[in-house]
Amino acid sequence: MKRLMKGNEALAEAAIRAGIKGYFGYPITPQSELLEYMSVHLKNRGGVFIQAESELAAINMVYGAAGCGVRVMTSTSSPGFSLMQEGISYIACAELPCLLVNVVRGGPGLGTIQPSQGDYFQAVKGGGHGDYKMIVLAPNSVQEMADHVYLGADLADIYRIPVTILADGALGQMMEPIEFPEYDIEKHTIDHSAWATRGRINGKRHVITSLYMKPEEMEEINKGLQKKYRDIEEKEIRFESIQTKDADIIIVAFGLVSRIAHKTIELAREEGIKVGLFRPITLFPFPSRQLQALSKKTDLILTVEMNSGQMLEDVKLAVNGQTPVAFYGRMGGVIPQPEEILKVLKEKQNQLSLRKKV
Amino acid sequence: MKDFTEGIQCDYLDTMDMVWERPPTLLDTPMHYCPGCSHSVVHRLLLEVIQELDIQDKTIGVAPVGCSVFAYNYMDIDMQQAAHGRATAVATGIKRVLPDRIVFTYQGDGDLAAIGTAETIHTVNRGENIVIIFINNGIYGMTGGQMAPTTLEGSVTSTTSEGRNISLHGFPIKIADMIALLPGAYYVTRQSVTSAKAVRKTKKALQKAFTNQIENKGGVSFVEVVSNCPSGWKMTPLASNEWIDETIIKYYPLGDIKVPEKG
Repeated sequence: MKRLMKGNEALAEAAIRAGIKGYFGYPITPQSELLEYMSVHLKNRGGVFIQAESELAAINMVYGAAGCGVRVMTSTSSPGFSLMQEGISYIACAELPCLLVNVVRGGPGLGTIQPSQGDYFQAVKGGGHGDYKMIVLAPNSVQEMADHVYLGADLADIYRIPVTILADGALGQMMEPIEFPEYDIEKHTIDHSAWATRGRINGKRHVITSLYMKPEEMEEINKGLQKKYRDIEEKEIRFESIQTKDADIIIVAFGLVSRIAHKTIELAREEGIKVGLFRPITLFPFPSRQLQALSKKTDLILTVEMNSGQMLEDVKLAVNGQTPVAFYGRMGGVIPQPEEILKVLKEKQNQLSLRKKV
Repeated sequence: MKDFTEGIQCDYLDTMDMVWERPPTLLDTPMHYCPGCSHSVVHRLLLEVIQELDIQDKTIGVAPVGCSVFAYNYMDIDMQQAAHGRATAVATGIKRVLPDRIVFTYQGDGDLAAIGTAETIHTVNRGENIVIIFINNGIYGMTGGQMAPTTLEGSVTSTTSEGRNISLHGFPIKIADMIALLPGAYYVTRQSVTSAKAVRKTKKALQKAFTNQIENKGGVSFVEVVSNCPSGWKMTPLASNEWIDETIIKYYPLGDIKVPEKG
């Protein structure tokens, strides 16, 4: 049966159903409902909840608990996510599975509390120090806010990697009907006893660290990480393609913007403009090959984001100059409207046809 | 373990009684610590206590950033290496998801009383049932002898070339006294390892701290060890211990700061 829920609360409820046993967080708008939900329901259902003194402390509590091979998570919004970057780098190198949620708000600085996608670089390119990656999932509905928790928790366990759900203030705050899927925690439980620190399992000591004094040794650790990332790129790409088969123009958008762009497609097609939508669901691994294949059959690609053009760089790398790539973005917490995107789309199309005539 | 008696001609070696040996919890690895450094003594005491309380298979330690960053190389127990200053947050995460395990942090003054002050205070304030071992040697040893939050007034370090000047660098912090004020602190003591007697007292303090945790007394047990840094202080090990006994303990007096109320 479907329930009407806020994105933040749906995500929190899904986390408890997905077997999250520890939540460590700090209040920040627009994700505080998640923290509040966990403070009541996770505790009542046998998990650990701590309101930490800072996001620094929260991410390091995640490190400690994840190091015991227990399913744990934290959630925050942009400024808090910045504070967590140090810990995430350590977690990535020590290869600890955990789920992170960033309900992005407008930045930089203290910014605004309205929705934004300004943390794409930070999440996808690695906001902390060193060569590391996280798996980054971009939901575009309250249903997916929940669904991505199950997926993210599983991927974190399988690859021993931090997984970030990159949402935004609107997805966190808006209400939609959702249904929680059947999920058998037992079946999804991975045995971590080969590496977790729980007190010398089978008389063998385990050490969780990211410190290696010899550069050659550190390079080997890096090679191992890179191998894992290539493996993830091979197996875990997820994307959605809508009405792209006959499209002359393809809009590339993720998260909330993909929902708005969907409406733009309808409006455009009513006017006889054949527009399709390509939506990366995993931002890392980015669906480069799929986008490249699609770009060969289209005249124009329009990337729309709620930032100054961050995913745009990955789109350009994927398209590799084969097709013109245009961009439209709103910043600071402003949400673009479907009609606004349509207008931009027509302008770009005109510019393109003028250029063709010349 | 390497057989050090190999090649030695001695008839009575086999008949002698073993009166002193390495506890099995202490791994047979050459330590990176400088000769005469307090760290190795405290490591040994800690591991003796873990051995004697029979908690090797249920203990998880947290190593900091600083000279003891490699503590896990010497301890035959599960360990996690934490980011600089975050050891008590990491320990909180461990203890809360595995409350029946014994959890301790081992931290220096830069880690615990500078970059990690917030984590230290709030971990104590939450009354986490863990042991914090605090090595106070008044200097950043690992990075080459810079001023620590605990460096005494007038002390020359690589970042206080004319000696620590209170008006410029602030006062040496007494973090043990600060946290003793918090209700979440169950047991707070300050000891040293400058003499055989002091070593025995520190061991007793560690025994008490771990026993508190095992008995689930509730609250942090905090053992500060005023330690030396012969290399950083540019002193011989002997002179550095004398410096502690004659000068440092005037500012950082030894003894219990907070003991559980009886009854």
